[in-house]
Amino acid sequence: MKKHIAHLALVAGLAASVALYAIAPQLDDYAVNIFVLAGINIILAVSLNLVNGHTGQFSLGHAGFMAAGAYTSSIITLTLAPALASAPAWQAQAAFFSALLAGGLFASFCGFLVGVPSLRLRGDYLAIVTLGFGEIIRVVIQNTNALGGARGLEGIPPYTNLLWTFGIATVAIYVVASLVNSTYGRGFISVRDDEIAAEAMGINTTKYKVAAFVIGAFFAGLAGGLYAHFISYIAPEGFNFLKSVDVVVMVILGGMGSTPGVAAAAVLLTLMNELLRDFEQYRMIVFALLLIILMIVRPQGLLGNFQRRKRKAPQP
Amino acid sequence: MDWANLTQQLINGLSLGAIYALIALGYTMVYGVLRFINFAHGDVFMIGAFAGLYVHRWLKPFFQWMPEFLSALLVLLLSMCICAALGILIEKLAYKPLRQRSRLTVLITAIGVSLLLSYGAQLLFGAAPKGFPQLIKNDTHDLPGAVSITTEQIVVLVVTLLLLVSLRFIVQKTRMGLAMRALSNNPTAASLMGVNTDAVISFTFGLGSALAAAAGIFFAMLYQAIDPFMGILPGIKAFVAAVLGGVGNIAGAALGGFLIGLVETLVVGYSKNIGIPPGFRDAVAFVILILILMFKPAGLLGKSEREKV
Repeated sequence: MKKHIAHLALVAGLAASVALYAIAPQLDDYAVNIFVLAGINIILAVSLNLVNGHTGQFSLGHAGFMAAGAYTSSIITLTLAPALASAPAWQAQAAFFSALLAGGLFASFCGFLVGVPSLRLRGDYLAIVTLGFGEIIRVVIQNTNALGGARGLEGIPPYTNLLWTFGIATVAIYVVASLVNSTYGRGFISVRDDEIAAEAMGINTTKYKVAAFVIGAFFAGLAGGLYAHFISYIAPEGFNFLKSVDVVVMVILGGMGSTPGVAAAAVLLTLMNELLRDFEQYRMIVFALLLIILMIVRPQGLLGNFQRRKRKAPQP
Repeated sequence: MDWANLTQQLINGLSLGAIYALIALGYTMVYGVLRFINFAHGDVFMIGAFAGLYVHRWLKPFFQWMPEFLSALLVLLLSMCICAALGILIEKLAYKPLRQRSRLTVLITAIGVSLLLSYGAQLLFGAAPKGFPQLIKNDTHDLPGAVSITTEQIVVLVVTLLLLVSLRFIVQKTRMGLAMRALSNNPTAASLMGVNTDAVISFTFGLGSALAAAAGIFFAMLYQAIDPFMGILPGIKAFVAAVLGGVGNIAGAALGGFLIGLVETLVVGYSKNIGIPPGFRDAVAFVILILILMFKPAGLLGKSEREKV
């Protein structure tokens, strides 16, 4: 039953993306801007949710994967830019798509690198290691002249449009949702709920953890590529720890482990960012208070179904 | 081999390491009693520096009548008290309601507290870096062999050493320290033996936050500029120091702090010789963290614990 819903949602989402793309010329730039950012945030939040929510591996390095994808795809399109300038539009779009994919693949390679050492770690340790990996990616970019160093890359061709953004967002939601609802995907949830019990039941927890990181990072890389080809300018500072926290807030607010909740939270927070633009300095304070109060009152998030059955952490 | 240069780097590395060591102690003590990483600790360090700035500003009229070391000491002690109060307050408001919850819940709360402190500070004090007043007259003293040390570096090293010794005294010789050790050994047994768990946890937070405030003031003295986000990186590096020494182990945290400070300074100082650009200094700590977690997860001085269901 759930499978049918997922397929239906996929078709509906893709149709909606096409429809959105078709009416895009009627929308003003500001609306398109918000739509694209919301779409990118949906991809980021849904992919992080696979790692943090469904698999229970708390990652704070999503901005690093995003940066890996953004830089890889940008370097490819920038290199091809002279050739593509005179090429027909479909060729440029095909090149853009390949660049996005390359970015996603490189990001998922980074995800693999993070996933492997993280196997021995859990909870708070893992959070710090992923944060460290994210920062290492940023520091490496900052010190590589070929990647623009601290100044960043500019003049990235603006290929991103509503069709690409929402098409990929739909695919991300579809992949994560149907993965988690499949027999295979139960493994992710078992790792989250009780790793030791899962292992005792013959679940290969290692495989699931690495898979979550690789898939999550892949979509984060795509989101990074979309973002780079939308804003046309990327700098390492834009992918720092606070960017990761932004995505984490979306996941927690929406409810860890709830794909619709997280997608809704991504849209909500994108809108809030725009509406609170004049109150910029209060925005993060509100988010921080929201996090603290939410954890005390409703730790499963606004729409989440995430519940820890263990009431007490194991005592040594 | 240029010995003068090496000695110079070692002096600089030790004074940076002293700061990391002081912050790392707070992480390790809180981990000892509550088994969680207080993510907001780096921001308490930042608040410590700002407290120093404002205490100095407000008490300036009184400082004319007292010798320099006394006014500097006053700034240090008052900031430590402010941060100790802040640490206790954070624990009571944010962490205490979560005592029996999963570690992840507490970690997310700690991230929330961290964001609240840094953005709150940005709102109160402004985002632009602020200059930090000179607390003590800073002279450069020449040591034999073209090596020099500044008065500030001497103060940082000596005061850190004093703080470490007094911390050791508190933990090893007082009843409160005994209670702390009991709690970190076995919380249930400790509370059955009549240890007032809440009081010990509050005390631990206060102690750790006071040390972080001292670190904040030292950092501000050495680098002369403070801003609301200055706590993030030193905080995380100090956490790495705590892990390097073996989290929960007080001597280990101090050792780890000095080691991280030394390695970071040496990498920058010898960047040409080893082929790592100086810009990579912020990545050094993370590489160390990943290596230590892969090869010796219990840390240098830590005991490895068997995991139980």
